Amino acid sequence: MIELAHVHCIYGEKTPIRDLTLILPDVGVVGVFGASGAGKTTLLRLLAGLLQPTSGTIEGLAGKRISMVFQEDRLLPWLTAAENVALVRDESEADARALLAVLALSAEADQLPRALSGGMQRRVALARALNFGGDVLLLDEPFKGLDAALCAEAAAVVRGRFPLTVIATHDRGEAEALGMTMALTVEPGGMWRIEE
Amino acid sequence: MKRTLKNCLIAACWLLLWQLGAMAVGSPVLLPSPWETAKAFVALAGTGFFWKTAGATLLRVAAGFLLGMAAGAALGILTAFSRLADDFLAPIRGIIKATPVTSFIILVWLWLTTTLTPVFIAFLMVTPIAWANVREGILAVDAQLLEMAEVFRLPRAKKLRHVYLPSVLPQWLAACTTGFGFAWKSGVAAEVIARPALSIGRNLYESKLYLNTEELFAWTAMVVLLSMLLERLLVRAMRRIRK
Repeated sequence: MIELAHVHCIYGEKTPIRDLTLILPDVGVVGVFGASGAGKTTLLRLLAGLLQPTSGTIEGLAGKRISMVFQEDRLLPWLTAAENVALVRDESEADARALLAVLALSAEADQLPRALSGGMQRRVALARALNFGGDVLLLDEPFKGLDAALCAEAAAVVRGRFPLTVIATHDRGEAEALGMTMALTVEPGGMWRIEE
Repeated sequence: MKRTLKNCLIAACWLLLWQLGAMAVGSPVLLPSPWETAKAFVALAGTGFFWKTAGATLLRVAAGFLLGMAAGAALGILTAFSRLADDFLAPIRGIIKATPVTSFIILVWLWLTTTLTPVFIAFLMVTPIAWANVREGILAVDAQLLEMAEVFRLPRAKKLRHVYLPSVLPQWLAACTTGFGFAWKSGVAAEVIARPALSIGRNLYESKLYLNTEELFAWTAMVVLLSMLLERLLVRAMRRIRK
């Protein structure tokens, strides 16, 4: 279990997360919903260890391998799609190509990111996170720029690959396509509502 | 073809202006004509001494340049990653930038041999350029890519090779081209003052001393031609590396 106790996270002049107490299961799919700027990305960044809470504690992350699809693609512009995917795990070139193939990107495997469309780059970022593997997959608007058919295909590829998946999205349907078991909604006032 | 013709016409125009200037001055000691300079150049170029001298100067400048590029890169890496080192070394960078090169030449000449002085001066001029470019290149590395590397636990070597190096390389290559020009000019200037045997600088000095102005111009033409040629080669090499 991942336990957040009275977590505050203040950076810049905003307080995107105030007094959040929450238990995430080790297995399941958690959908995180809310308006832009409500703190969805901040929660994911806390879970990824990229931010530290200004007060409160997060327990249960130690020893877990955490993979992530960021809100931005964050691909290395000088590496091809396959190289970007293979970068995160040693000797995984063949797996990288297989993942790209599953995400309908076989023909683009040897292209640089700038030669790919936004939706293709998004899928490369997704393939990279899948190739890294681990215990937890954090997804921040992972299907942005994909049409409904591609989105459904990508969701089918992701589904069941990680013990715990946390997806921040505006579209509840995306989380449901992954098999959502728990929903977390940030209300406009910064209150977190949990539905299981 | 059209461009070549245009360039030839421009060169001819400048040569004509030079010729007119020489005719107006009327004294080859003060301003030799292009023809007299060319004659002196051809006469010099026919001697083995001329090429040996140019080679020795080139070797000194190249040594200083390469050492400076390497030291600058090392200092750039050190000061980008260590705030303490950056603060500690900042005055040195400021002093090197602000001190006139002639002060350094005279000072260094007191400490080193005449042959090593131009090497060290070229090194000294190139180092801060490479240093600043590499430091800025590292500091400008995309923070989002560094976070990505952190999340995916990229080992240090992979991070250096795939995140830092491609970001810094263009800056370092830009420093190469600028730095070479500086190394060449300052190296020859140091030779004029330190006057090592077999050096373009010593010959420039002696031509002036004996009022052999045609030769002074011929040696200068050699410096300019070599500089242009080497810079072109360097730019071509850089393009290759960038690809």
